Amino acid sequence: MTTESAVLEEPVVKKQELPEFELVNLTINGQSFKLKLQPWVSLLDAIREYAGLTGTKKGCDHGQCGACTVLINGKRINSCLTLAVMRDGEAITTIEGLSDGVVNHPLQDAFIEHDAFQCGYCTPGQICSAVGMINEGRANSLEDVQELMSGNICRCGAYNNINAAIMEVKSKMA
Amino acid sequence: MNSFSYNKAHDVAEAVADIQEHEGARFIAGGTNLLDLMKENVMKPAHLTDINRLDLADIKENEEGGLTLGALVTNADTAWNERVEQRYPLLSKAILAGASPQLRNMATNGGNLFQRTRCYYFYDTATACNKREPGSGCSAINGINRIHAILGTSEHCIATHPSDMCVALAALDAKVNVTGPNGDRTVEFGDFHRLPGNTPHLDNNISQGELVTSIDLPPSNFTKNVFYLKVRDRQSYAFALVSVAAALDLEGDVIKDIRVAMGGVAHKPWRRREVEESYIGKVASTENFRALAETMLTGAVGFGGNTFKIELAKRAIVRALNEALKSGENL
Ligand SMILES: Cc1cc2nc3c(=O)[nH]c(=O)nc-3n(C[C@H](O)[C@H](O)[C@H](O)COP(=O)(O)OP(=O)(O)OC[C@H]3O[C@@H](n4cnc5c(N)ncnc54)[C@H](O)[C@@H]3O)c2cc1C
Ligand code: SF4
Ligand code: FES
Ligand code: FES
Repeated sequence: MTTESAVLEEPVVKKQELPEFELVNLTINGQSFKLKLQPWVSLLDAIREYAGLTGTKKGCDHGQCGACTVLINGKRINSCLTLAVMRDGEAITTIEGLSDGVVNHPLQDAFIEHDAFQCGYCTPGQICSAVGMINEGRANSLEDVQELMSGNICRCGAYNNINAAIMEVKSKMA
Repeated sequence: MNSFSYNKAHDVAEAVADIQEHEGARFIAGGTNLLDLMKENVMKPAHLTDINRLDLADIKENEEGGLTLGALVTNADTAWNERVEQRYPLLSKAILAGASPQLRNMATNGGNLFQRTRCYYFYDTATACNKREPGSGCSAINGINRIHAILGTSEHCIATHPSDMCVALAALDAKVNVTGPNGDRTVEFGDFHRLPGNTPHLDNNISQGELVTSIDLPPSNFTKNVFYLKVRDRQSYAFALVSVAAALDLEGDVIKDIRVAMGGVAHKPWRRREVEESYIGKVASTENFRALAETMLTGAVGFGGNTFKIELAKRAIVRALNEALKSGENL
């Protein structure tokens, strides 16, 4: 270990003037949040770190895994690749908003019934994505479900059970 | 990610003015490519002009009798638009072959045109890359180049343009409407993207302050015999190694018109109208498709890791055209 102590001087690089905080209004699961955010905060970080809703997960932070999937006006998106400021005024649903705390969403029950997870890290994204897919109304067969759920990676490989859970909910709805 | 300032523009004039006023500014639409690259410190804009509130989110009939796609319509809303599905099925299929449903819900038609290469070295700021840092060299030419270009390359860059949507737009003779400080202009799709040449840092012929407002599709007879073939390392949610947009307009088994555009093989969607034209009046057969494929790949050069793409591309053309031929039979 070196014993030299660092001499603290004026920073060499002039501190960059940081942009002002933006006031961002988000409605998450029906609750209104007024957040003071810097423009580079992703929607994912706003949901987890500022609104304190940690159900939505960060897997890759680059649009490659789907763990961060949330619904905006019923449409599924990757919350890691959008800025919170861009979503000012919008209504967001996360995994916490799918159940009322008493009754589960049918997909939540089906995931439990079919053991559609192992570690569970991808599960909130899988379920939000499946809700979005059902809203889209384009998945008619197992093949369609596999293709249209391909934006959600499961590192544990629980795909067969995830597909079974989704197919069951779809068949009950039809 | 670097720090930046941000402004939400409310109309086209404000957006064009805002980007002029800020040095190092960029438009942001869906954000799916720009934010990804900003997180990697590959792109470091000092200011973002958010264009999502602009009134460019419609699909409309145009004077030519085709459709005009607003720059801010999402890729999902375009692919699943009834008129697009019926009149431009090739475009729908190409879009749906790309990215994931979540990404397509954010990705916009304008942003898709500007998406940057997926060359690994371009993404890795520790390596030399002429596209990211002009003059630093190209790590891919003698490096790992499995996903790289085989046509139209230069000694300075062998990157590919990664879009699926653009391959179909090239095949369909789309035009891009642009506005900027010097007024409006329309760019033929074939002139939109560039080959790397001596200026690999430039992906396209649009200057930084210009805004794409919409994409025009001319009326098209390619509604029946069309196919988009995407060959990739994983069946879904992966970029193309080679892709082919194939379209046939037939009279019996004779070719009235034909389109073949390729993705994953060059710095821009690869299409050669003179080759297509030389097959008009010929029979739609595997032999003719193979001969066409040979000509399409004239001048192709591999760099080791990607040399397999030359034969792969030929076979992909033949298969895509045969699938296009078959797809008409089911209707
Ligand atoms: C994991 C992953 C997988 C993907 N897989 C595929 C795939 O298989 N096939 C495929 O084709 N694509 C794929 N994509 C890329 C995706 O299609 C693009 O990121 C998307 O189309 C970009 O659109 P955007 O609106 O999000 O652009 P943004 O990220 O907002 O912008 C991209 C660039 O375009 C500029 N820009 C945006 N709109 C305009 C405009 N109107 N005028 C002028 N400039 C503008 C911006 O300044 C920026 O430089 C993938 C992306 C990810 C993250
Ligand atoms: S191929 Fe192009 S993008 Fe890739 S390292 Fe070479 S110069 Fe950079
Ligand atoms: S964390 Fe957003 S897609 Fe992986
Ligand atoms: S359950 Fe572990 S990642 Fe899907």
